[in-house]
Amino acid sequence: MATAVRIARLRGLFSAAIVAGIYSLLGACWMSVLDQPDVAFTEASVGAGISTVLILVTLSLTTSEEKEPEHTPLLPLIVILITGAVLVYGTIDMPRLGDPDNQVHRHVAPRYINESPHEVEVPNLVTAVLASYRGYDTLGETAVIFTAGIGVLILLGGARRRRWVAGEDRE
Amino acid sequence: MADVLGLYNYWVVIVLMMTGFYIVVARDNLIKKIIGLSIFQTSVFLLFITVGKVEGGTAPILAEGFDVYSNPLPGVLILTAIVVGVATTAVALGLVVRINEEYGTIEEGEIHVQDVEA
Amino acid sequence: MKRQSIPRVAAKLLIPYILLYAFYVQWHGDYGPGGGFQAGVIFAAGVILYAIVFDLRACQRALSPRIIHLLMPLGLLLYIGVGVAAMLKGGTFLNYSVLEHDPVHGQHLGILLVELGVGTTVAGVMISIFYSFGETVRS
Repeated sequence: MATAVRIARLRGLFSAAIVAGIYSLLGACWMSVLDQPDVAFTEASVGAGISTVLILVTLSLTTSEEKEPEHTPLLPLIVILITGAVLVYGTIDMPRLGDPDNQVHRHVAPRYINESPHEVEVPNLVTAVLASYRGYDTLGETAVIFTAGIGVLILLGGARRRRWVAGEDRE
Repeated sequence: MADVLGLYNYWVVIVLMMTGFYIVVARDNLIKKIIGLSIFQTSVFLLFITVGKVEGGTAPILAEGFDVYSNPLPGVLILTAIVVGVATTAVALGLVVRINEEYGTIEEGEIHVQDVEA
Repeated sequence: MKRQSIPRVAAKLLIPYILLYAFYVQWHGDYGPGGGFQAGVIFAAGVILYAIVFDLRACQRALSPRIIHLLMPLGLLLYIGVGVAAMLKGGTFLNYSVLEHDPVHGQHLGILLVELGVGTTVAGVMISIFYSFGETVRS
């Protein structure tokens, strides 16, 4: 939490990027405490690694300091306080942390945990669900990642850009 | 009172969410906004993961001697969400680079002024 | 960074282990934490480290952008290919059980191939994105 607030107050964008990486790493630590090592793994490498590198590269292509805000942040502060209060009111009905009678643990999850040793025989349940029981979803998400890669290639590549940089295409 | 204290994980997530939201809304610099969105995303992931934990359980990898496992389903959702999130952040950063080339600045106010003039 | 010896030496020591670890995570996704997504990202991180410490041009001479651009759709096609193969063998799309004589072996084979496809696409996309950003910095 402290890292997140620090990012909001920092003006220097390079520092903000690094602190954002630290925030991701701390989040990954919390996730591994919550018994999800796969996810902690991915969040650490992606959030604290790739994401930070990309933000730093973008900073090297643009400015490195944030300008002073021109208007006071009073209205956004009121908005987030009201939203936060409504959300806290909404959490009163939510299940407690670690409750084994949680709604989430009904229906589908016990079936996967109990049946997968017979049907799939793969010890890592997360991989079994991801690649076998919910393989169709994983196909779609791989397609999304592919599309994002194509998107970046279109935005930042190609012969048209080299002509533009040389000054021929400028309107 | 002990009942309410069991909800502290949701409150931490809400604080993180609101901080990310505040950065997106109140700051003008585009890269700062993208960092704020990233904070928001990570807080939502944490929300899902905290819901999946079972007290006394262990990681959802079948092993000898363990009976109670934490729920694997939220982990599956979040796994792909994380990688998709960084891919979309990369597209957003690419857009910021292009905007900087066209407008010469990445402060939202100045971009708006240039758009209104043109 | 050619003059600074500490990053160069450290990177030379670390990068082989990073790439090896990426392969380990890829193939051992069934038995421990890991799988395609993590392996792809770790592999890309190793390559990006090389491109940062040694010049981007040196990295592009080793791993040509054309090959990386080809890797992106290859992984996705592998995934779809596994699904179509399952259909050709008589089952429904992505039903791994029909791929082998024994349903459980079919599941294992299907999961292995599918994770390989995912890992390839993710690694290809991450490295392509970094190459695009890096070439923009150069120009």
